[in-house]
Amino acid sequence: MTAALRPSVSACPACDAAPAAAALADAAPLPDARIALSVPAVHCAACISTVEGALARHPGVKSARVNLTLKRASVEADAEVSAAELAEVLAKAGYEAHELDAGTLSATENDKAGRDLLMRLAVAGFASMNVMLLSISVWSGAEAATRDLFHWISAAIALPTIIFSGKPFYVHAWNALKNRRLNMDVPIVLAIVLAVVTSLWETSLSGEHAYFDAALALVFFLLAGRYLDHRTRAVARSAAEELAALEVPRATRVCEGVEDVVQVSELNVGDLVLVKPGGRMPVDGEIVDGRSELDRSLLTGETLPVFAEPGLGVSAGEVNLTGPLVIRASAVGEQTSLHRMADLVAVAESGRSNYTSLADKAAKLYAPGVHILSALSFLGWYLYTFDMRTALNIAAAVLIITCPCALGLAVPAVTTAASGRLFRKGMLIKHSTALERMAQVDTVVFDKTGTLTAGAPELVNAETFSEEEFGVALALAMGSSHPLSQAITHAGQAAGIRPARLNEIEEVPGYGTQGQLEGRRVRLGRASWVGADAREQTSAYLSIGDAAPKAFLFADSLRAGAEEAVAALKDAGMNVVLISGDTTGAVETLAERLGIERWVAEALPEDKAMRVQAMSDKGQHVLMVGDGLNDTAALAAAHVSISPASALDAARVASDIVLLGGDLSPIPDALVTSASAIKRIRENFQIATVYNVIAVPLAVAGLATPLIAALAMSLSSITVSLNALRLR
Amino acid sequence: MQILAYLIPISLFLGGVGLVAFVYTVRSNQYDDPEGDAQRILSGQYDDKPKT
Repeated sequence: MTAALRPSVSACPACDAAPAAAALADAAPLPDARIALSVPAVHCAACISTVEGALARHPGVKSARVNLTLKRASVEADAEVSAAELAEVLAKAGYEAHELDAGTLSATENDKAGRDLLMRLAVAGFASMNVMLLSISVWSGAEAATRDLFHWISAAIALPTIIFSGKPFYVHAWNALKNRRLNMDVPIVLAIVLAVVTSLWETSLSGEHAYFDAALALVFFLLAGRYLDHRTRAVARSAAEELAALEVPRATRVCEGVEDVVQVSELNVGDLVLVKPGGRMPVDGEIVDGRSELDRSLLTGETLPVFAEPGLGVSAGEVNLTGPLVIRASAVGEQTSLHRMADLVAVAESGRSNYTSLADKAAKLYAPGVHILSALSFLGWYLYTFDMRTALNIAAAVLIITCPCALGLAVPAVTTAASGRLFRKGMLIKHSTALERMAQVDTVVFDKTGTLTAGAPELVNAETFSEEEFGVALALAMGSSHPLSQAITHAGQAAGIRPARLNEIEEVPGYGTQGQLEGRRVRLGRASWVGADAREQTSAYLSIGDAAPKAFLFADSLRAGAEEAVAALKDAGMNVVLISGDTTGAVETLAERLGIERWVAEALPEDKAMRVQAMSDKGQHVLMVGDGLNDTAALAAAHVSISPASALDAARVASDIVLLGGDLSPIPDALVTSASAIKRIRENFQIATVYNVIAVPLAVAGLATPLIAALAMSLSSITVSLNALRLR
Repeated sequence: MQILAYLIPISLFLGGVGLVAFVYTVRSNQYDDPEGDAQRILSGQYDDKPKT
């Protein structure tokens, strides 16, 4: 908020501070740089010492430390050491490394909330063990003064512990009450408070029963559930942040002919930005200089590159393919179409949060139920005995015995086990109710480009060319980074073709590559440039001298696991649908290859979202799998959504689950795992109910001693935890 | 029963020592990289400091 209030010319406060920081840097020696690198391949002790050793030997590096759990290396180095340098050092040592954006990572660098919970859990554990020892002496027959002494010592340990360790519950319960809602924490807090108050009262009257141990055990078990829950989310969050941090937001700004690399946040409207071949547009704008081709597949779903020349408008997220482009920015940062789309998604997402999880549904039934039961037993016993103390004691016993240790552990224990299992298979659960929604899915909608296909073309008609022609094409293609050229290079090298000897090879950005073969001009590129008739299919054209041009035809290569995933989903009785923004021909071919009967081609982004919405309106539960900007609205509209890690940030934000690897085959597994997770959660609720059915009548009848309460509580918590472990 | 006067404070004290030790380990980031710590013990390098 402070940044918005400040009257500043630049978009962010960091830019205002930058000149000051620069002045400071001139005066004092440069401060150390902290560099974070993602090193996905480290997995053993030898890897750790190799990576740390390689980094430490690099001049300027002060210290390097590998975190194996996060597969990250953090380096402290002199300011002039750059992350790119270090990544190169690691590549030489045999480890692939990527720079991470330190700003995006800082949020999870030290997990404050997790530590806080762990600390409270430890204190509750320490206290409940000590109090339990004292309670055991009481249960095994300590009498009179000794018993009172033990109760007072228990109180002295329990009171501060409950105040400290129970804080998360008090805060949550208070927030719920403030908004006039009931959640699981309200009965918990009431039970804790009532248990402590009646125990203190009993102790002061030197009574027999005190529930300090039960209150502490309650806090301990529930904190354990909370901590499990937190760990699951923290792992997902840090991995999601790492994905976001992989895209280091830098751009090359051209200012009066001087190029300098700046943070994207420092760009302003009207700046000239240079985008090199292979780079992604950082801003919306208009091309002012250069010719090239643009890959718009992430935004529109079309696989054919678009010809780019001065005057064409570009949007952030498009990839520049062949030649350098200079762009005049018309919208930067939050104003780019990419960002606006992500914001729209955030709005659509709030609709999804209306889904009530199983735990919330249980809590809604449960919370009023136990309060009414406890109030009734208080009233009944008071009318029966006219003794306030007995009545209150029994009401407290009812609340403690019914308290949802099992419920509080049932859901987190199962979701932790399930998401851990999916994480090992390469899926990241981002949303807390994603597993439950996933278990209901009956229809799966796939996007084509970038989701079912890898987005990289594959040469399909290599056999129609003679070795000589292919050699010429190979020689031309090898010099270019255009995806079609690379496909030809791959195919040629795989077939063992030797490149022809050409002279004067040059790439003409936006058109193709040309050269001289024994005095004849040879060209590989666009139809119009080569002098051929354009075809509908993705193709590149080769002309040798005056001979008629021949076409290389391409098809999108399938993503790994796509065939298996579609087949497994169909076997499981799912409705599989393909909706794509690409041309009819391309979509039909793919649908036939994968055996998908229902497909839609040339769908606009709104079309996709509407079709998904229509299916949901018919009562179908849709799982949407997509990666592009054109999918984001549909991803948000679907019941559950999955996007691959290669997707645009906006699409990843919109989806509940991110596929970390390039492989699609875990998707059917995820459906199976989520279904069995929901089954376990239901079983756990049943266990908790059975236990209440046995224990509650005892408590209402006034037969529940602290010993029985402690036994029953621990037993039910341990049963649900063990049941959750069966999921592995 | 005299023995209780010693035993109870001693048990509380020992429990407290455990708790303080735990708080120290949390504060000094010793739970940040459990997998790495398990592997580092296999490497020959002498490593006398927890992660800073």
